[in-house]
Amino acid sequence: MEKLEELRLVVSSSPHAQSEETIEKIMFYVILALMPAAGVGIYFFGFNAIRVILLSVVTAIISEALMQKAMGRRVAVKDGSAVLTGLLLAMNLPSNAPWWLVVIGSAFAIVIGKQVFGGLGFNIFNPALVARVFLIISWPVQMTTWPRPLPLFSKALVDAVTGATPLGLLKAELLLKDNIGEVANISMIDLIIGNVGGSLGEVSAIALLLGGIFLIYRNYISWHIPASFIGTVIIISGLFWIIDPTRYAGPLFHTMSGGLMLGAFFMATDYVTSPITSRGMLIFGFGCGLITILIRLFGTYPEGVSFAILLMNMVTPLIDKYIKPTLFGEVKEGA
Amino acid sequence: MISNDMAWYMIIISAVLINNIILIRFLALCSFFGVSNKLETSIGMGMAVIFVIVIAGAASWLLWHYLLLPLKLEYLRTAAFILVIAGLVQFLEMYMRKAMPALYHAMGIYLPLITTNCAVLAVALLVIDYNLGFINTLIYSVSVPVGYTLSIILFAGVRERIDIAPIPKFLKGYPIIFITASIMSMAFLGFSHLFGL
Repeated sequence: MEKLEELRLVVSSSPHAQSEETIEKIMFYVILALMPAAGVGIYFFGFNAIRVILLSVVTAIISEALMQKAMGRRVAVKDGSAVLTGLLLAMNLPSNAPWWLVVIGSAFAIVIGKQVFGGLGFNIFNPALVARVFLIISWPVQMTTWPRPLPLFSKALVDAVTGATPLGLLKAELLLKDNIGEVANISMIDLIIGNVGGSLGEVSAIALLLGGIFLIYRNYISWHIPASFIGTVIIISGLFWIIDPTRYAGPLFHTMSGGLMLGAFFMATDYVTSPITSRGMLIFGFGCGLITILIRLFGTYPEGVSFAILLMNMVTPLIDKYIKPTLFGEVKEGA
Repeated sequence: MISNDMAWYMIIISAVLINNIILIRFLALCSFFGVSNKLETSIGMGMAVIFVIVIAGAASWLLWHYLLLPLKLEYLRTAAFILVIAGLVQFLEMYMRKAMPALYHAMGIYLPLITTNCAVLAVALLVIDYNLGFINTLIYSVSVPVGYTLSIILFAGVRERIDIAPIPKFLKGYPIIFITASIMSMAFLGFSHLFGL
């Protein structure tokens, strides 16, 4: 009898290859990679930033658990995907966002962005971006009132001082003076380390770059999407800059400002909503970059990263349908 | 807003992206939801819509400028356009069945459907409201259904993915489709006022 037990074979459908990777582990590393940027955000925007992050993460976890319970599914908040969505949304919000804005956004991300589509792995759009775009359309004033950076523990000013983001300033100057005006005076060092106005997690390009490179190095994301996304932005903004540097900001400014780093490394690379093949990823990144720069240079919104990724999320099913890798053993036509 | 002195490429960008007939103007929704369940039918529908709208736009422009305006019959506009569009499409369908059976079978079933599509009448009325010349009318009448085709093809791709997802029972079918379309519409708002349009 005991012998029989031992010989019992496991019958299962493919895939048979097992990996050490689990959802929990991947989510943990992505969250870890976001920590430097979140840290810089907390440093520059103080306790308000901690408040927004906690509020968003907790709301995301609660919404996820409630939705899964209500739909009679296994409550799987421990996989960390809700935490990541909550964190990503928080990093896309201004640190002085009112509490209800954060709560509505975070719940919207989980319920409408993810759970109604069947939960993790089935969402068509990036949940955090669905929520961000929903918020920016519904409450444009609250979503674009940016506090000036005010390093933690410095008690110089009250925290009511607000100012424009570099990209917002660019748009305003272009409208008023028909040239880039004050934008030329923005220090590139401030822009790179994140000492500028903006969403609490997107300001520090260098911290996001570090996190992104860590994820690529650990093979959690591939380089294709960030490279073609950022590359496209650099090339197109560079072309316009060469044509008329008085009206268009340079490629370095466009790369280091706004949500480009956060979007390119952490949101466009979401496994579920981006193409599977590397060629598909390159196309996806190119489309994101093109729409981003189109909105930045010619649209009403100062920043186009979230719209661009959301629009390309819609194209992902088609890219996956038509861009397929050559199968092993397949003979090229005419060969 | 579109006007006659705009460059042709601006008319195209405006009609395809910024004022997308489905995702921004919310017209022609019935066929958008009705036939987008497969990519092939969506492409067929898109082609048929392009075909019909170009003909309808041109015909109503001619009707307006050479018949209704000279005869001071402006108040008959809506009725006249509906009659002309419906009659024209009906004749086309009959002609195609006889002369171009292959093309008829490719889009034949959609043709009568499109006659009652509000996008067709919208284009016919808008080219008059915008005061477009005949060439710009043709450009605009091609661009609007191209925007329609773009949205319905994207939507069909997304729907093929939704079909295999474990959507909660109370949202299966049209509810989840409506939610998806509204998120797509939100994303298209990113194009609003592009190039100051």
